[in-house]
Amino acid sequence: MYTLFKIELYKIFKRPRTYIAFIAITALIGIIQLGLKVDGKEYISFVLGDLSNTLQINGNLCNGYFVCYCILQLLLIHVPLLIALIAADMISGEANMGTLRLLLSKPISRTEVVLAKFFAASVYTILLLVWLAFLALFISIFIFGTDDIFLIKNNYAVQIAANDIMWRYAGAFVFAALAMLTVTALAFFLSVFSENSIGPIVTTISIIIFFTIFSTMSIPLFNKIKPFLFTTHMVAWKEFFDLKVDVNNISITGSIYRPDKIINSVVVLLIHIITLVSLSIYALKKKDILS
Amino acid sequence: MQTSEIIQVKNLSKQFSKINAVNDISFTVHQGDIYGFLGQNGAGKSTTIRMLLTLIKPNSGSIKIFGKDLQHNKKEILKNIGALIEKPDVYKFLTAYQNLKIFAQLSGCKVSREMLMNQLEMVGLANRAHDVVKTFSQGMKQRLGIAIALVHNPDLVILDEPTNGLDPQGIADIRNLIKKLSKEFNKTVLISSHLLNEIEQVATKILIIDKGKKIIEGTKQQLLDPEQTVVEFETIDVDYVKSILKQSKWNSETITSFNNNISLSLPYQQIPNFHKFLVENNIVVFSLHQRNNLEDYFIKVTKEKHVHTI
Repeated sequence: MYTLFKIELYKIFKRPRTYIAFIAITALIGIIQLGLKVDGKEYISFVLGDLSNTLQINGNLCNGYFVCYCILQLLLIHVPLLIALIAADMISGEANMGTLRLLLSKPISRTEVVLAKFFAASVYTILLLVWLAFLALFISIFIFGTDDIFLIKNNYAVQIAANDIMWRYAGAFVFAALAMLTVTALAFFLSVFSENSIGPIVTTISIIIFFTIFSTMSIPLFNKIKPFLFTTHMVAWKEFFDLKVDVNNISITGSIYRPDKIINSVVVLLIHIITLVSLSIYALKKKDILS
Repeated sequence: MQTSEIIQVKNLSKQFSKINAVNDISFTVHQGDIYGFLGQNGAGKSTTIRMLLTLIKPNSGSIKIFGKDLQHNKKEILKNIGALIEKPDVYKFLTAYQNLKIFAQLSGCKVSREMLMNQLEMVGLANRAHDVVKTFSQGMKQRLGIAIALVHNPDLVILDEPTNGLDPQGIADIRNLIKKLSKEFNKTVLISSHLLNEIEQVATKILIIDKGKKIIEGTKQQLLDPEQTVVEFETIDVDYVKSILKQSKWNSETITSFNNNISLSLPYQQIPNFHKFLVENNIVVFSLHQRNNLEDYFIKVTKEKHVHTI
């Protein structure tokens, strides 16, 4: 299976479309960074709103950590589209090109084909996030410098010390990778049933949009299904940026306010990934290759 | 000569919705055979071939290849099969060399640059080895497809419409290659085509299927009506030769002539005697050949519904 995995990776990175996502992320992050570099102070004032009248905040608020947080908030909703471009093409693209029949007539099991392709798509997903992390975090630190991060939550504000941030980003990116792998698994699963990649890409994005709406709307009917939707758990990376406070309401360095929420989300996302990959194996095994 | 059975298909059936794509087909392919799989479009050829390659699951019946059940020995069997299925679809964004390397690796064989280049040389693509496939003509893709089918030196080669898109020279090259595979390397070749002429020229045994059902199976000579073999020869004085023939035991209503050629029908087994007759009567003969009429035969048998096995 290792040979097949290497071949799948080779094919992914030989295709020009693979680099669209990397270029798109570079362009988007560049635009956000440019905007914040030029008008960062206005943006901070807008984010702080009335708080700026009651609090005096000194220091570099528009620092690299803050910029990275803003970028993640904006981009992690759109990255699934870029991931679906490749993951939804893994099986359906082969069917469309006519190479699936040649591939499956080789001495390799369909289980191996699914696993090798999924792992290859996962490597692409992770590399995309590594690139995103490099641009959003390290380039932002280079451009904007470092300082404490000041975040406005629903009804409170959080300040995290500069020396307590990097590990949180590490955790957030690992979690984001898991969330994006769920999208990869979904797009991959849908690609088994199609003979062109457009259908699975559109279906993946539609599912994410529908589920996101269910996840964000506070309607009792939707509240019952929310815990089972992967979109509810995809945003749990933000939990890394919420701290516990002591009895004096002083934030505790190195703490996470609700680690149980992160663990719960990790479990739900892992269940989604395993289920979708297992279903992909089952579906491909049952499928007659007519393309 | 007793040869081992390479493919044994028994009562194979496949249904798609309410359509019987393949209906209770049985056949056996022996080692060294060039087995022609003949049928009109939609006859069930490709479905049968896809079942042989585990791409489609049969509803019933059994397939044994190299004496082993295909269902339970898939990997072991497929390792020894090379296939070109319908169209030569490969990765268009990769070069011919890269495509060949990938499929050689997937077939489980050890890959070397020399081996891959030899293979591309064999199909006449060595000078385009490092060009991306999207710049290739249909014929070049077909050649690459054949190279991929043969790269791991399989014992059984399955070629579905292998001469599609090839120019006359390319067709002749592929025909010679198929014959060479069988004669020199004792490979077994299953070749499917709707081009009767193609099958006729290379196959040692032919199976004709129609609407998913086996119509007839046998050698080319067996399939052609043994009493209706058409022999054509070129001579000088056509009228004189015709008059000799009419006075002989070879006289028949089937004697016809065109330019310097005379043709007549006679039993296949009598061809050597007829040849001897021409020599004994000092008839000048420039060429004598059996004019195959498989096309007429194919059209005739596909109109019938009964199963024959010779």
